[in-house]
Amino acid sequence: MLATLRTAAISAAVGAFLCTSGAAFAQKKYDTGATDTEIKIGHIVPYSGPASAYGVIGKTEEAYFRMINENGGINGRKIKFISYDDAYSPPKAVEQVRRLVESDEALLVFNALGTPSNTAIQKYLNAKKVPQLFVATGATKWNDPKHFPWTIGWQPSYQSEGRIYAKFLLKEKPDAKVAVLYQNDDFGKDYLKGLKDGLEGKASMIIAEASYEVSEPTIDSHVVKLKASGANVLISITTPKFAAQTIKKAAEIDWKALQIVANVSASVGSVLKPAGFENAQGLLSAAYAKDASDPQWQSDPGMQKFFAFLDKYYPEGDRLNSSVVYGYGAAQTLAKILEMCGDDLTRANIMKQAANLKDFTPDTLLPGVKINTSATDFAPIEQLQMMRFSGEKWDLFGEVINGELSH
Amino acid sequence: MSAAAEDTVTEAPAVEAVPKRAMTLGTGTSLVILAALLVTPVFVKNFVVFQMTMVMIYGIAVLALNILTGGSGQFSLGQSAFYALGAYTSAVLMENFNVNYALTLPIAGLVSFGAGYLFGKPALRLSGIYLALATFALAVAMPQLLKLHFLEQWTGGVQGLTVMKPDAPFGLPIGQDKWLYYFTLVIALAIYIGSVNLLRSRSGRAFMSIRDNEIAASAMGVDVAQYKTLAFGVSAAITGIAGGLSAIVVAFVAPDSYTINLAIALFLGMVVGGVGWLPGSFVGAAFIIFVPNIAESISKGLSGAVFGVLLFLVIFLVPHGARQVAIVAQQMLGNLRKN
Repeated sequence: MLATLRTAAISAAVGAFLCTSGAAFAQKKYDTGATDTEIKIGHIVPYSGPASAYGVIGKTEEAYFRMINENGGINGRKIKFISYDDAYSPPKAVEQVRRLVESDEALLVFNALGTPSNTAIQKYLNAKKVPQLFVATGATKWNDPKHFPWTIGWQPSYQSEGRIYAKFLLKEKPDAKVAVLYQNDDFGKDYLKGLKDGLEGKASMIIAEASYEVSEPTIDSHVVKLKASGANVLISITTPKFAAQTIKKAAEIDWKALQIVANVSASVGSVLKPAGFENAQGLLSAAYAKDASDPQWQSDPGMQKFFAFLDKYYPEGDRLNSSVVYGYGAAQTLAKILEMCGDDLTRANIMKQAANLKDFTPDTLLPGVKINTSATDFAPIEQLQMMRFSGEKWDLFGEVINGELSH
Repeated sequence: MSAAAEDTVTEAPAVEAVPKRAMTLGTGTSLVILAALLVTPVFVKNFVVFQMTMVMIYGIAVLALNILTGGSGQFSLGQSAFYALGAYTSAVLMENFNVNYALTLPIAGLVSFGAGYLFGKPALRLSGIYLALATFALAVAMPQLLKLHFLEQWTGGVQGLTVMKPDAPFGLPIGQDKWLYYFTLVIALAIYIGSVNLLRSRSGRAFMSIRDNEIAASAMGVDVAQYKTLAFGVSAAITGIAGGLSAIVVAFVAPDSYTINLAIALFLGMVVGGVGWLPGSFVGAAFIIFVPNIAESISKGLSGAVFGVLLFLVIFLVPHGARQVAIVAQQMLGNLRKN
């Protein structure tokens, strides 16, 4: 009797165990690149070639996932971060991404850098239904879930930023006479479009436009021409070298216009210092991430985590380099998505979770800037905050502004 | 070892007709390689098939440079410009004018031929390093020309153009990659055979006499100006076809794909494969595709330096590239047979 009871108890226990483990098995779902112990992440970035300065993004992300693995991985799975060099060449990007997907069998392709390289691989990845997560470019076209449901951006688009400056002008300086200097490529044109969209019916505020080619040695003549138009606001949609030239030239010819410089050229070290701090006083720009060189963030808990990470896992990383801050934030967003996926590591679920971020705030973003995505919104970061340069640093002011059209 | 190889190199043009052996592989070897190329795609992953296709495409472009430099003795660092021209011709025709992809290739070849022939005219006044510099200018200018504003409605400007990748015709049950592989193989084969025959023809001999001694060549009645520009035109045409193929296979063209780096890579492929030895072009192409990957796997941060060391080793150990290796292998094989 006792024996039968014990058998019954044991069989009941075994049965219960089988049931639960069966349920657990049922929940675990994998696509190529994910197992019980490992998740393979594919990544390309230019470690060599004309844009090799961005290679530090890859190194930061590699270090970030090393940190995650040392702390036990994500839901018990280690991250295998496979990063290749595309040398900023689209054909090479196609080759490397195919290698990641077909040979290394990565689960997804993360944070590929540059508009040309991403355009080259977008059709392929969407046809293969492999997530192209958090592309590292500010072009607006990545937010197109209808046509490219496997591609999602990360940073604010150039158009969003353009719209934010438009909003600022409409509110603070509605009678402004605006001159625009822009780089004649996708970057400059995207910005200009955002600016004009943001001004809505009042695009006539822009009284002068000038564009320059990246190959021009100096853009002094454009600045002189724009001054002659009588504008009192200059919007400088320029890359670092030209931004510094513009700031300097405007000061030289004593043009006292209110100057707004694009976020890509808001670096204190590589733009404002060479242009001369005395020439840059009162300059405006917008930001979405914290500046690691700014003393006001030294005691910020998020940035302290970032500094601790750098000290331990990437000591050779330059904390003043905004690419390091960038890589950290992007890697943290991916880690969050993988966490949300739980045991359902299918490619479809990854896209579903990537489009399901609610008020997520990586450590390095400005307070108030939150990542929100939905099935129809594939633009994770859309907010920026205005800032004004005074002394030797940027002062944030006003509230965080959303660059979406509908707001 | 290298003295023997050098003898063969200098000897070849000196004999009356160019022996086939000096430019090509033996019939047996060629057939074995062809058979291997036909069969391999069945057994390997699509990604490898894609890489092999790219090797053939770059191989065609290197071969074109080989005709120009190895054949007529003119330097060019501007091959990337003709490659870009071909790629854009194909891409624009396919995307904006709905031309069948196979038909775009001869047009790409013709357009590039025209450009090469026209460029060859003024380049006549230049030789050696000066010609290299002039072509270098062409390569540097090309990406910017492609970004020009008034061309943007066709070229897509900086953004480039995405091209539809063609499926296999007649409902053949093979994937896009394999189909494009065989498509490229047929074209590569046709160009290879055509080039070998060109170099062995009257025109080829004229090219080589110009290479060896321009004054002597003109004394013998070779129209130096005509043949020099012709060499430029033919080389550009073949490069253009390679470019067109690359646009179809990669399914994307952008100005940044065709920078001076590409021109230098092609030049490098020619030297590694052996200047003037046509089969070496494909070995050189494999070198410029695979060796950067090997270098990267050795060290990510120093991939450029590692690549440099590997390249240096090749130039130092086998200065005549793949051609030298092939000759040594042939001699060893011959010795084995005798014994």
